[in-house]
This record gives sequence, C-alpha cells and structure tokens, in this order.
Amino acid sequence: MSAPPGTIPANRIPADRIPAAIVGPGNIGTDLLAKLARSSAIDVTAMVGVVESPGLDRARAAGIAASAEGVDWLLAQDPLPRIVFEATSARAHAANAPRYEAAGIRAVDLTPAHLGPMVCPAVNMPEHLDAPNVNMITCGGQATIPIVAAVSQVVDVPYAEIVASTASRSAGPGTRANIDEFTETTARAVEQVGGAARGKAIIILNPVEPPMIMRDTIFCAIPGERWDDATTTAVSASIHAMVARVQEYVPGYTLRAEPQFDPPRPEWGGRGRVATFLEVRGAGDYLPEYAGNLDIMTAAAVRVGELIAQELAGATLAAERSRAIDTGVPA
Amino acid sequence: MTRPEIRHDVRITDTTLRDGSHAQAHQFTEEQVRDTVRALDRAGVEVIEVTHGDGLGGSTFNYGFSRTDELRLIAAAREEARTARIAVLLVPGIGTADDLRRAHDAGAEVVRVATHCTEADVSPQHFGVARELGMETVGFLMMAHRTPPEDLAKQARIMVDAGCQCPYVTDSAGALLMHEARARFEALIAEVGDEAWVGYHGHQNLSFGVANSVIAAEVGVKEIDGSLCALGAGSGNSPTEVLAAVFDRLGVSTGLDVVALLDAAEDVVRPYLHRWPKMDRNAIVQGWAGVYSSFLLHAEHAAERYKVPTHEILRRCGELGLVGGQEDMIIDVALELARAREEG
Repeated sequence: MSAPPGTIPANRIPADRIPAAIVGPGNIGTDLLAKLARSSAIDVTAMVGVVESPGLDRARAAGIAASAEGVDWLLAQDPLPRIVFEATSARAHAANAPRYEAAGIRAVDLTPAHLGPMVCPAVNMPEHLDAPNVNMITCGGQATIPIVAAVSQVVDVPYAEIVASTASRSAGPGTRANIDEFTETTARAVEQVGGAARGKAIIILNPVEPPMIMRDTIFCAIPGERWDDATTTAVSASIHAMVARVQEYVPGYTLRAEPQFDPPRPEWGGRGRVATFLEVRGAGDYLPEYAGNLDIMTAAAVRVGELIAQELAGATLAAERSRAIDTGVPA
Repeated sequence: MTRPEIRHDVRITDTTLRDGSHAQAHQFTEEQVRDTVRALDRAGVEVIEVTHGDGLGGSTFNYGFSRTDELRLIAAAREEARTARIAVLLVPGIGTADDLRRAHDAGAEVVRVATHCTEADVSPQHFGVARELGMETVGFLMMAHRTPPEDLAKQARIMVDAGCQCPYVTDSAGALLMHEARARFEALIAEVGDEAWVGYHGHQNLSFGVANSVIAAEVGVKEIDGSLCALGAGSGNSPTEVLAAVFDRLGVSTGLDVVALLDAAEDVVRPYLHRWPKMDRNAIVQGWAGVYSSFLLHAEHAAERYKVPTHEILRRCGELGLVGGQEDMIIDVALELARAREEG
C-alpha cells in the first residue's frame, strides 16, 4: 500500500484516460461507477460522500479511493479529477458547482439543479462540449427527447407529448417530493432540446409486481399540410435511426412496435400524429433491469462524460502539438 | 388543520362535469356547464367538480383534448354557482401546482388531489400549495381495490399529514364488492379519527356504486360522489339523483332536493349525453378485471383502429396491472393483440 487511505494513488491514472470523480455514492453513483469501470475514456479515481455509507464501502471494495469528507476532500487531491459526475441533490450541486468550475473541473450534473445546458447525448451533446457544467435533464427526458428530435429533424413539430411509466420502486423520495420538477423540466426539454414548439410531459408510477420495465410513449403532432406518405416514411426512418443511436449507449432501448401514424383530425387542430412506443430495459449493472429510467440517466451521463473526456484529451493533444511547434520539435 | 364543516349527515359532491368529461370525450361546452351548474346549485349540491376527466392539464393526445379550455369552464361554473363551490381534480404527474394556481384564480375553491392508491407520497407538494391558497382539500386514493384496507389507511395518513381534509376511497374501476368497500371505509376512518373526514367515489361497473354509498353512510363516511345520469367513466358513477332518493328514504340527510335533481338529470343532462353510461360487456369487464374506468372509450377507439375486441383489450390491461393515466398502453396492448391474431 503506497498511498495513505483516502487519497488517489497517482499510479491509478493511465495516461490515456481522463480521471473523474463521482460525488454522491447512492444507487445512481454506484451504477455510474459500474458503467464507468468499462470506459476506455474515463478512469474513476474517487467516490465522494458526506457520511460513511454502503456506497462508499462498495467503491472501496472496487479499489476506488472513497471519502466521506465531501467536496473539501476531493478538491484537496492532487492531481484533481478533470470531470465530476454529480449524483447528489440539486441543493448540493448548486453549492458544489462553483467550486468545481473554479478548480477547472467539468461537471456532469444528474441532479435537478439545472445550472448548465440540458444535454441528451444522442441529440445535442456536440454543441455543449465546452460547457463547464451540463445537466442530464430527467430520466423521462433522456428516454423520449431523442424521438422528438428525430421527428423534428424531418418536419416541424408544433406539439409533442411524452408519457413516462416507471416502476414505483424505481422512483425515489426526491422525485416523489417534487414530481412537478419532472413534468416541468421534461416539458421544457422536449421544446428546447427535442425541438417541439410546445411540450407536455406526464409521469406515471406503477406499483405492479413484478416491477414493470420502464415504458415511454411519445406523441408528436405533424402539421396537416405536411401529411403525406413521403413525410411519414421519412419520420419513421428518422425514428429508427435515432433508436439505433441511443442503443449505442442503452442497449435495452427498443421500439415496442413500428411508429403509429394517425391522419389529421379536426379535434387535433387539423394535425396528424405519430406515436412511438418504447421500452427501456436497464443494463442491470447495479440497478435492477426494470429500472430503465435510472439506467438511461447513468448510461447517458457516462456517454456525455466520455465525449467530454475525448474533447479534453484532444485539447491536451492540441496544446502539446502547439507547444511542439513553438519549440520546433515535431509532434 | 380542521375538518370542513359538513352541515348534513353526508355531503354529496357532484362530478358530472369532471368524471362525466370522460364519457363525453372531453367535449363539454360552456353552455352545458352553465346549465348543469345552475341545476345542481338549485338542487342544493354544495360541491360541483369541473375539470378535464384526467384532471387539470389533462387535455392531451393521451387522454383526449378538451373542446373548451377547462379554465373557461371553471370560470363559467363559478359564475353560475350561487351557493355551491367549484372543485377541481389534480393528478400529480399530469397536472402541476401552477395549473392549480390558475384554476384557483378562475374560481375553484376545492381541490381533489389524486394518486394511485399506493403512491400518496407524490401528493404533499400539491396539498401544500392548496392550503397556501386557502382551498379545501380532498385526497383521491385511486384504484382503491388494488391495495388492502390497512395499507390504504397508511396512504390516507400520508395525505392527511400533508394537509388533506378528506381522503377518499376511490373505486376507479368500480371493482369493490360491498365487504371490500366497507373494510376500506372502516380502516380509513379508524386511521384519520377526527383529523379528517373520509369520502367515497364509486363507479357502477358491477352495479355497486349506490350500495357501497349506503354502506359508506352507515359506517361514517361523510363525503360521497355522484354524477347526474351516472355520467362518468366506464358504466358511470353512482347517480346523484339516485343517491339523493335513496338517502331520503333512509332518513340520511343530504340537503338535496330530490325532485330538482331528477329534473336536472332528465331535462339538463340527458339531452346532451353522447351515451348513457351502462353496464355493457366492456364496462362489466372493467369492474370484473379491475381496470381504470376511463380506459373504456380509449379501448373502444383502439379496438376499432386495430380490429381487436374492446373487452379483450380491457382484460389484458387488467392482467398487466395498468394504473390510471396509462392510457397510452391501451394502444400498445391493442397492437400486441393484433400481432397475436395475425400470427395465430
């Protein structure tokens, strides 16, 4: 044992992987750790909590430096992580985020703090690669916004509505205490990230046993004047392509049926509708398979973290190159 | 917090203009709402619920779009009511606290916050806002057949602690047999004591809406729901005019004018009914299999679109344990049944 307990052993940081920390050692943090252990772009060097907890013990058992002394401890480490995944609470993240930024650490925020731009890796991540802080929206948002975006890439979407059904057991006390936060944030992201002119989000908790696998339905309105075979064919193809993109990071993200097209109706304001039915089965890393709602959050966060890590590695390489040019030594 | 004053043995809340919205496919006009509220108010009904069938913010693809904005209907109802107060339904996950604030601005004075019978802990946020607004509060524990009496009572406790003045045994599927209803009423009354009243919302799918209401009154339930002409989801609610007549015969005071309610049902509501809710095969299956009553019209539409029988869709919904709000799953179930037919 070379390093004293609670510090990050420098020899655990391979040159080609970006060091990262997870703040918040609960179920989400532990699932993140399991997923990041497979990453070729990120090396988790620390797990941080504010009290001793089973999550910290799990991290230690996995050989990760873990501390119950919070962000103070994390920021005293040398070297510092370059990315932090925050899986605490909105309040905690609001307090921590300025400190990460001051230390030059990128933050991937899984809380409802919403300090940075809302990101969905299959839709808008390239636009926010240089943001100091990005927010992972909501579980329902990660599942449904790609579909809204897929439709709005083909045709204007004047209105989109998403219905997320999750197992009661996968909805924690935070979600329950402020369910409006879910519906309002998701609706806003359906507009801002998905590209719908107006968004609406609905969440249903179902206690059935055995627990139901997460299900999502996405209804997109299609302008009546654009309703023809060419449009519906293109919309369908775009949805299929998007599902394949999301499957790259959430393998259990599948269509339950072909997208369903219903022609314009007067009671829909003369618009037609495409309905997409999804099942989101989790990878079962730490969280159970049925908790696809939580899995898609951690999987999307890992994806976002990896894209940031690649960007950081690229920037480092570019800096070395420019230094190399300055000194006249070929890179 | 105190219980609201109830001036009679039981207080009937009429939900023709909310639960009835399901049966009318959310197509109420302002004129229908004004006429109905006037007639109910004249008959002595003290609380009249007016909202989209799925509560505030329910006007959607999933549940059906309202023909007239519910806030306009609430405001119109408020204008017509001389003594009655206007109630609104709020289902957390569908509607939000901001929707409630707007409904309050439009004239709503009572809110009924509805959750699935095991998920009461999504309601405190909305009870809190309602109390800040000075609204009377009711808690709907929907699909009450899906959880045992003692567990239902614990959920009622969560609501009461959050500011609910009257948790309801809400038999959304019309599935509760008489002894099952009684056990739930007694469990809730024992749990909340004199901190809150207990209410009952019935559906007629197995024809027990009125019978269970009688049991409710016997054991001390103080708030009971009805709809004129039974207008409501599935085979409808306990008819308000029948409740008034039955309680009159039993000597249970309600403050209602039976003749005026019979006139309201016959002369005001009946002419605008799209369909008179009845115990047909599909509605009975809902009570039998424990399916959320408002699935009925959606299942009929999906049956037509995908050429599978409505009652088979509904039975499958029961097997899957779907809860209120999962109307989107009806299409999924219909697609699955259609595929099975093709392959079979």
